[in-house]
Amino acid sequence: MSEVLVLVDHVGGSVRKTTNEMLTIARRLGEPSAVFIGQLSDDATAALKQYGAEKIYVIDPNAVGPYLVTPKAEVLAQLVEQASPAAVLMSSSAEGKEVGARLAVKTDSGMITDAVDVESDGGTPVATQSVFAGSYTVKSKVSKGTPIIAVKPNSATPEAVDGAGTVEQVSITISDAAKGAQMTGVEPKKASGRPELTEAAIVVAGGRGTGGNFEPVEQLADSLGAAVGASRAAVDSGWYPHTFQIGQTGKVVSPQLYVATGISGAIQHRAGMQTSKTIIAVNKDEEAPIFELVDFGVVGDLHSVLPTVTEEVTKRKG
Amino acid sequence: MNIVVCVKYVPDATGDRRFEADNTVDRVGVDGLLSELDEYAIEQALQIKEKTGDAEVTVLTVGPEGAVDAVRKALQMGADKGVHVSDEAIAGSCALSTSLVLAEAIKKIDHDLVMFGMGSTDGAMGVLPAMVSERLGVPGMTFGSAIEVDGDKVKIRRDGDTATVTAEGKLPLVASVTDQTGEARYPSFKGIMAAKKKPVETWSLSDLGVDAGLVGLDAASTTVENTEARPPRTAGEIVTDEDGSGAKALVDFLASKKFI
Repeated sequence: MSEVLVLVDHVGGSVRKTTNEMLTIARRLGEPSAVFIGQLSDDATAALKQYGAEKIYVIDPNAVGPYLVTPKAEVLAQLVEQASPAAVLMSSSAEGKEVGARLAVKTDSGMITDAVDVESDGGTPVATQSVFAGSYTVKSKVSKGTPIIAVKPNSATPEAVDGAGTVEQVSITISDAAKGAQMTGVEPKKASGRPELTEAAIVVAGGRGTGGNFEPVEQLADSLGAAVGASRAAVDSGWYPHTFQIGQTGKVVSPQLYVATGISGAIQHRAGMQTSKTIIAVNKDEEAPIFELVDFGVVGDLHSVLPTVTEEVTKRKG
Repeated sequence: MNIVVCVKYVPDATGDRRFEADNTVDRVGVDGLLSELDEYAIEQALQIKEKTGDAEVTVLTVGPEGAVDAVRKALQMGADKGVHVSDEAIAGSCALSTSLVLAEAIKKIDHDLVMFGMGSTDGAMGVLPAMVSERLGVPGMTFGSAIEVDGDKVKIRRDGDTATVTAEGKLPLVASVTDQTGEARYPSFKGIMAAKKKPVETWSLSDLGVDAGLVGLDAASTTVENTEARPPRTAGEIVTDEDGSGAKALVDFLASKKFI
């Protein structure tokens, strides 16, 4: 069976859930091989084995240096040549897409981004995408070279399967061309203590209707164990950081439950949440377009509705 | 300094976007326009021009006949000249082939800085800046939420999910910018009038020396097997809050769906 390369998504060496999802998808297509660029710890090795990595290729972080993503694409190109994998998977983040795009040119291969599911058609990956603001579902295949697929968070339920996890050190020489853009500073974001927006099962989002006060939104989110999001209007007003923006130019989320509060539901916003399983809205304006797509809606002021909901949820959860 | 801004003509996102029978995007039945996200790249190019004083901004697009409208809009905003690559053989091209056409066109234009928006509003892959950078063999710095040119150096700030990264590269290079770089200007009346006299060249594949067999639907590196419209969501129950009744009903709904 062919190898399937998975570029490990990790923060400071700790493996993210998206990696487990990609390893699960890789197993449908062949033998999962994790590609870890960084300092591999015992914990990370265990995590990768737990979700079925048969091989773990390790690349010393010093080899890729302080350069932007290009060296990572060179690492993958070398491995593609060496292993002739059935596919290469990476997360559909800004960095993942760029690594994949460069790999596509280097190996003259087709690339699919933003996959929300990947199935196997006799070992050939078939990727599902949600396009045009979630109004169409598209299935596609790569028809040239090695399939390169950038996978979105929550695309699979991670399945624990013991993998051999054989560690293989890979040495790499980075070309001069890859050294043209260099990082001059990295400032890690402070953790909010809430679930990651694109991975969360429940998202509570606030918009213009908050008037800049996100406290009721955050409190409801915390009572439900949810992530907090914001509409573009709220972000543009400087009320909430851009990292939390949901919509076409922000995050696209697809949680089990999406609660839109004080958000009118413009197309730009719908593009980021339309595929959520269950949608609830609270808005003062009964004409707000968001009410066209909700499973349940409350016409009312979020500043009075949300605190009562939070109190009751907390009580019922005991 | 010579700046090339790559832009795309896309179906209006507020229109009824759909696919053709061959699973390509319907680019005729829905009104097209300059992709909103490209306006931010044009804006940043114009600001760099204003700061450095001696830059020339060329707008480049690849697309069907109507795509020249996207170039026109950029010229109205203040870009200096336009190039429209148009050839029937290009229809249905994948990102990989499109990057080839763009890169070959850019090679024919004097360029120091090549700029892109963060992605198109239709395909939304956001991979072309990296692909073109790779093909041109120059550095790439993508998804800048701020960009600054200082002599032959370009600096960007990228606000990622886990960290904010600052990066620096030397010209020539490719950069893409997000909507966080700041609102794009509207064309002024003067700008609209001036744009009528600005030159727009139309190039075919043979002008670029690109073999038509490398592009188009038949040569695409990805194949769409199936497109399906999602059933529209139907509105559920809507209640009007009166003295806390809305909150209670909402909690009951959450409980009925086992969220609490």
